[in-house]
Amino acid sequence: MTAFLQLLFQGIALGCIYALVALGFTVVYRASKVINFAQGSLLLVGAYLVSVLATGLNLPFALAVIAAIALLAAGGAVFQMMVLRRVLGEPVFVLVMITIGLSIVINSAIPAIFGGNARILGDPWGASAVNVGGVTFNWVRIWTVLCTGLILALFFAFDRFSRYGLAMRATAADEEAAMAVGVPVRRVYALTWAIAGGIAAVGGMFLAGFPSSVNPALGDVALRAFPAVILGGLDSPPGAVVGGITIGVVEVMSSGYAPGFLGSDFAAVAPYVVMILVLLSRPYGLFGTPPVERV
Amino acid sequence: MTGPALRRRRFGARIGAKSAAVLAVAILAIVLPFGLNAFQLTTATFVLIAAIGALGLNVLTGYTGQISLGHAFFLAVGAYTAAVLGGNDHLTAAIWLPAAGVVAALCGALVGPTALRLRGLYLAIVTIGLVFIGQHIWFNVAAISGGPGGRSFPPVTFGSFDFSAGQQLTLGGLVIDHNGLYYYLALIILAAAMLFVWNLTRGRPGRAMQAVRDREIAAAIMGVDLARTKMNAFVISSFLTGVSGALYASYLSFATPGQWSLLLSVQYVAAIIVGGIGTVWGALLGSIVIFALPSVLQSLIPQSSSGGLPIDDITSIAYGVLIIAFVVLEPHGVVGLGRRVASLWARVAGGAGEGGRLSQEAQAIETGEATWAG
Repeated sequence: MTAFLQLLFQGIALGCIYALVALGFTVVYRASKVINFAQGSLLLVGAYLVSVLATGLNLPFALAVIAAIALLAAGGAVFQMMVLRRVLGEPVFVLVMITIGLSIVINSAIPAIFGGNARILGDPWGASAVNVGGVTFNWVRIWTVLCTGLILALFFAFDRFSRYGLAMRATAADEEAAMAVGVPVRRVYALTWAIAGGIAAVGGMFLAGFPSSVNPALGDVALRAFPAVILGGLDSPPGAVVGGITIGVVEVMSSGYAPGFLGSDFAAVAPYVVMILVLLSRPYGLFGTPPVERV
Repeated sequence: MTGPALRRRRFGARIGAKSAAVLAVAILAIVLPFGLNAFQLTTATFVLIAAIGALGLNVLTGYTGQISLGHAFFLAVGAYTAAVLGGNDHLTAAIWLPAAGVVAALCGALVGPTALRLRGLYLAIVTIGLVFIGQHIWFNVAAISGGPGGRSFPPVTFGSFDFSAGQQLTLGGLVIDHNGLYYYLALIILAAAMLFVWNLTRGRPGRAMQAVRDREIAAAIMGVDLARTKMNAFVISSFLTGVSGALYASYLSFATPGQWSLLLSVQYVAAIIVGGIGTVWGALLGSIVIFALPSVLQSLIPQSSSGGLPIDDITSIAYGVLIIAFVVLEPHGVVGLGRRVASLWARVAGGAGEGGRLSQEAQAIETGEATWAG
């Protein structure tokens, strides 16, 4: 039972990171129907930014995190305005290709600038933990869960109650109709990239926490967040959260309990197996909306 | 001259110009190996082999609209079929090369039905799952893949003649070495595949595929059998991809399971987008850009000017930037660029009269063919 609870806690903490990554995907997808293949790279940039600000410039850790969020949000918006805006109206595939190009650039620029070795994050938690009834709660994981909860609450409040949240939802529902009633659609696109960047900074920071470190392979996690996004439904932010936590728990549980005949490191593919099984019964994920098509 | 007559003449001239261009490209492709050094010839061979796979992806994604990021999986299936039949059982390439296509096509037929339930990007991500599950199998089943350390792949052999390094063929004074042999084999297969796909897309099954791509529901209402069409696309696409994968691994002669990664799939998708999605030539043109660019950049950027940064990283940064720049500047790919030049030429040569307008119409129709309804 203790082992189970331990795995459950770890799974939820990992799932929270997946939820953050997945939310970044869905926010961009919902508005512009673009799958952002650079989301993992944004995560990587986030982790390095926090590390550089906290250990290189010796800023207090909280300040470093806030600065990294602001910088990456600005970076996301600027990229959207400088590059993606130029190809608005082109087939979606073209935009997806640009995000792939961006991820190639970032994934090679990071090791070129910082080298292939791991850096320290500069976080105050390290490996410290509290022990409750035999279950170890690492502080970094506790903070992951708390901060994810806070960010999700902020996002959903913004999405539900603010003018720009309404604009985002309107754009998602019908871009042309939104434009017709005066929603600044281009600004909404930039905003979704800013949100994706800001969320990626937090996700990258927690991803690099104990027992991991800041290293060039961190961005790969985004690939494992794909099942989370799809499981919840590409265009559903609550789905991203449910999908993220489910996939995190599935992954950690199968690393603990998968029988040996499934091969080594089955945990890495378990999320994909779950995703395919769910999709075969619900083709648009758990919360996704099937598109209504006009013939 | 009356309208129809003029139109017929223009049309005839276009066909003539097209065949002349194709002939020129074919001759260039045949004499090319004699003008290249070994490093360049190796790159050119990899480009041709990749173009076969890219053409396969273009059938599925470009013509049928089924976005697949699972290409690396089908390449690997082809490669490991070659390894098992050619390497373990010592069969000739006349058996393992088609077999690689057939086994990959069977896998395609198994995956195909999921495309009936899943649309667009959902299918894309499920096919990403295919790459990861495939890699899990390759890493764990050492009997096929040699385990994490990788395995060697058989050289192409026909009877007693084999293509392995050091072998050469002398034809009337011309010496074709190991690289050249693979180059010409890939060229022949690619040419046959291009002819096949070109015919396919102009016949009934090909029209059905394009109808499914443009508007699936409308196509179904008009009587296109969705299941059969998508299945055709998957089977044809994976056949070509399997053959490409087998040739690729055989030419590499050694590969690890880690090589059949998502990045490989992404490169193929990049190739058809950069080349021109839903076009026969786009697969080749895009493969030239995507698969030759890293080697070209590597030879262009002098080792000394790297300013302390690793040369490989600089090459990939330049690669990524070029992909972004290219797609932003010419979203219709190299083929689109070619059409733009051709229409400009027609306007200059034909004046602003009826000829100019006609060729613009023709161009609009052709680019309309290439637009991709996401």
